[in-house]
Amino acid sequence: MTEPTLGLGGRRAPAGGWRTATVAALDRPTPRGVRLLLDVPHRVEHLPGQHYVVRLTAEDGYRAQRSYSVASPPGDPQVELFVERLEDGEVSGYLADVVEPGDVLEVRGPIGGWFVWDGRGPALLVGGGSGVVPLVSMLRTARDRGRPDLLRVAAAARTRTLLPYADELAGAGALLALSREANGVRRPGRLTAADLVPLVEPGQTAFVCGSASFAEAASRLLVDELGMAPADVRVERFGPSGGPAA
Amino acid sequence: MAGPTRGFLGRRRERDPRLPPGQYDAGADWPVLTAEPTPRIAPETWSITVDGRVESPTTWSWDDVHRLPASEYRGDIHCVTTWSKFDTHFAGVSVDTLLEAARPTADAHFVMATAKTGYTTNLPLEDVTGGRAWLVWEFDGKPLPIEHGGPVRLLVPHLYFWKSAKWVTRLTLLQRDQQGFWEQNGYHDRGDPWREQRYQGD
Repeated sequence: MTEPTLGLGGRRAPAGGWRTATVAALDRPTPRGVRLLLDVPHRVEHLPGQHYVVRLTAEDGYRAQRSYSVASPPGDPQVELFVERLEDGEVSGYLADVVEPGDVLEVRGPIGGWFVWDGRGPALLVGGGSGVVPLVSMLRTARDRGRPDLLRVAAAARTRTLLPYADELAGAGALLALSREANGVRRPGRLTAADLVPLVEPGQTAFVCGSASFAEAASRLLVDELGMAPADVRVERFGPSGGPAA
Repeated sequence: MAGPTRGFLGRRRERDPRLPPGQYDAGADWPVLTAEPTPRIAPETWSITVDGRVESPTTWSWDDVHRLPASEYRGDIHCVTTWSKFDTHFAGVSVDTLLEAARPTADAHFVMATAKTGYTTNLPLEDVTGGRAWLVWEFDGKPLPIEHGGPVRLLVPHLYFWKSAKWVTRLTLLQRDQQGFWEQNGYHDRGDPWREQRYQGD
């Protein structure tokens, strides 16, 4: 058998239990997005790419929980989450519209050990919309370690205004693939293989994050058109439910 | 445990008794959530092998499994990312049928399901026996779409859906439990939605 092996080869990613976090600050950098800076007491340090669960409880005990990727790198004093408000989003709508500094939120994390950059190997990061959030954590980690050369980044969105962390991504040299507006010499259009060709290098692991349709299209480009091995492509898809499971 | 979250009302709700705790009704949606690129698998190249702690390791081709007694599941499915989907209809073959042929040895207590992509997930043997697990190739009377695990996926609907390995190609019976892909990555070894066994330690 020549089947690829998924997994960490016995290594375990850090995982933390429930904590009571306090919203230290927030802002709304995109029309539908909110960035939350959380103080999480006694937290377990995360790895870039991991996520947290946020759980909300109503007066009658009703609960709802969703997963959100961490944008901050390990070592930051606070945990930074970016949440995009979904249509009729029960949790995202609350976080985007109702939460104020000083509010208390139940959180659990870090979670996930697959969509994690080890901080050492070369990687190609491909994000769509708020799928760039875990990639931002990877970029900041590389910056903190003095190894920004390890990462190549492509970020896709309809417009620059709608792309979370657009300035930070552009400042780190990311290719911005905007489908509804020109970006320099790049004409409006979806992410293509031609966009990715200059970013591909031998030995890379690819990290693809975005909506199910974006992740499917982007991982197809990498495997079918650029010849990456499927086992070297790690995918995090999120749907209306948000989150990383099978 | 913390009290109520200030200002959180939640969806107006008449809680459907079919919803396990922390889940919501996804309605007609069926979100696609996988950790790897979707493979392309032609049915004629697909096969299922049952091996490990069994008397007679057996492999069935696509044509072989279609000659086995048909079995179907009608009911609900639950994803750990908090969506549930009601009244699904899957058709294929019962895992019991495969195990009857391969004959687990007395010391077989767990199963590792392996997908064509290398994805793995572990289950107690008792969770895939007694009419509670299937290999399925039809959804609502049509071929199972590849993004949902076609041509053939495992279906263990009483557990969170990451246990229902897409593109399944091997069931290995084990004496001792070993962790699969998501289980190594922090998710629960059993994954019972009614006990909200989402993560290790739940």
